[in-house]
Amino acid sequence: MSEAAAAPKRKVEGVPEKLHVWPYLVRLEFLCALVVIVALAVWSIVIDAPLEEAANPTKTPNPSKAPWYFLGLQDILVYFDPWFAGVVAPVLIIVGLMLIPYLDVNPKGNGYYTYHERKVAIWVYCFGFLVLWIALIIMGVFLRGPGWNLFMPWQYWDPHKVVALVSVDLPYAFGFRDYTWSAIFGGGVLLAYFGIGTGAYFFLERKALKSVGFLRMFLKIQLALIMMGIVIKIVLRIGFNIKYIMVTPWISV
Amino acid sequence: MANKAPQIPSIAEFIHKIKSGEIFTEIAKEITESQLWTSTFRHGYADTPRNRVLQIASNVWLHLHPVKMHRHALRIKFTWCMGGITFLLFLSTVVTGVILMFYYRPVGEYAYYDMKYLQYDVPFGMLMRNMHRWAAHAMVITVWLHMFRVFLTGSYKPPREFNWVIGVFLVTFTLLLSFTGYLLPWDQLAMWAVTVGTNMARATPFLGNEGPFAEYVGVTPRYDARSLLIGGSLVGPPALLRFYVLHCIFIPLIAGALMIVHFWRIRKDGGISGPL
Ligand code: HEM
Repeated sequence: MSEAAAAPKRKVEGVPEKLHVWPYLVRLEFLCALVVIVALAVWSIVIDAPLEEAANPTKTPNPSKAPWYFLGLQDILVYFDPWFAGVVAPVLIIVGLMLIPYLDVNPKGNGYYTYHERKVAIWVYCFGFLVLWIALIIMGVFLRGPGWNLFMPWQYWDPHKVVALVSVDLPYAFGFRDYTWSAIFGGGVLLAYFGIGTGAYFFLERKALKSVGFLRMFLKIQLALIMMGIVIKIVLRIGFNIKYIMVTPWISV
Repeated sequence: MANKAPQIPSIAEFIHKIKSGEIFTEIAKEITESQLWTSTFRHGYADTPRNRVLQIASNVWLHLHPVKMHRHALRIKFTWCMGGITFLLFLSTVVTGVILMFYYRPVGEYAYYDMKYLQYDVPFGMLMRNMHRWAAHAMVITVWLHMFRVFLTGSYKPPREFNWVIGVFLVTFTLLLSFTGYLLPWDQLAMWAVTVGTNMARATPFLGNEGPFAEYVGVTPRYDARSLLIGGSLVGPPALLRFYVLHCIFIPLIAGALMIVHFWRIRKDGGISGPL
């Protein structure tokens, strides 16, 4: 940081004072650019970009991994069908992110770091970003081996590792054997999840309804329920071997 | 000239000059009064408030800046400098990318061998390729960090809602830029990563041939969302050409335009957010 900006800062804290961009900001940008360019050059001299054998459509590598920044989504594929993990989830992430400024109407914490004035917002974002996005990427890069099976770093990537597929659908676990009744039961569970979740939220936050507005609160809780639902489904699969909640001929969730 | 012998300062004097910083003033004077300097720069720069303003306002490259800013916005602890670094990395990929384009042909038969040529025969080809790739990867990370800091400082709150929305477009296009570039080396890594990625389009509801409700729309493997993206039913030469055009022309233009709007809105929204 520049001395001019730092030295008298404490004395005038709270009194915004304007500085000239030239030289104070421009020189900072220049220094920053210098450091980044030097770092990039050194990195590029030391480490070569990968180039494998020529593309060969007849030779599928195992595992086939998407670029690292999409591995969070690829990992969700274990728990969801491609139409959700590959299409609907990314769209929901993008739309949900765009909606943040319109859904978060807390006027506090605008333009400074604070945890106490916006705990829920910080928790939700950190959970989504650090756990559901970053942690899944790290897992996808380092721990997913052949057949998309989990391998610890010290384990050999055995391409013939067999993992028993013992998962069943939720209606089956509850004793439903008939196709139609299974679908109705599964749909009912989903409806109940979203219905009760939404209802509970509106009841608990009923005082805020006037100031926040119905549509905002409704969208907020739907997005939150979907995000939690993804976690619930991961837990159900890993902990209880449940594959789908609802099975229909068209879509299964 | 002449009858004064040149004064040689004593060591003590010399050390004093260094300690007091006088020496730098003298060196600066020596340089700025030299013939080389005075013939190049016709007049000096007086450090007056008016000139500080003019440095920004009358310079085509700097005038995206405001001429004055709040002191707090200078703090690296506040912005992490991440937006600026993201932009710098983007510019680095533009420069190195244009150099790569001189040697690379997006054709199934040539693409991979052009990469080899770049790596082993083109002077600094390997370095250009490395810088392009690492800057692109770094940009993905810095744009996430930028977004994270904007969230943590609540800078998306009024009046900056719209700039956050522009930002979400920017992070999406950053990922798409990186993804379309991933295919171009035309090696195993590229082909299969993009196969995995674009397979998802096959599952698009209604529009992908394996997606839910596809049977009511009548899409086929040859005519669906995925084949639109890759120009066929598997990742082959048409996909290479499509991704090349998207990567080198379409997405950079859109992302560049959005960045201009992004920067313009930062100023219109009253500069970097701060505690007011
Ligand atoms: C290509 C990508 C991007 C570039 C080059 C970029 C560049 C910048 C720059 C240079 C700033 C000035 C302050 C700083 O450096 O932090 C800034 C501020 C800002 N950016 Fe970005 N940005 C990008 C993506 C994003 C994304 C993904 C978001 C959010 C979703 C975003 C939202 C904002 C907002 C709201 C501000 C104002 C911050 C404040 O007033 O404190 N930008 N951006």
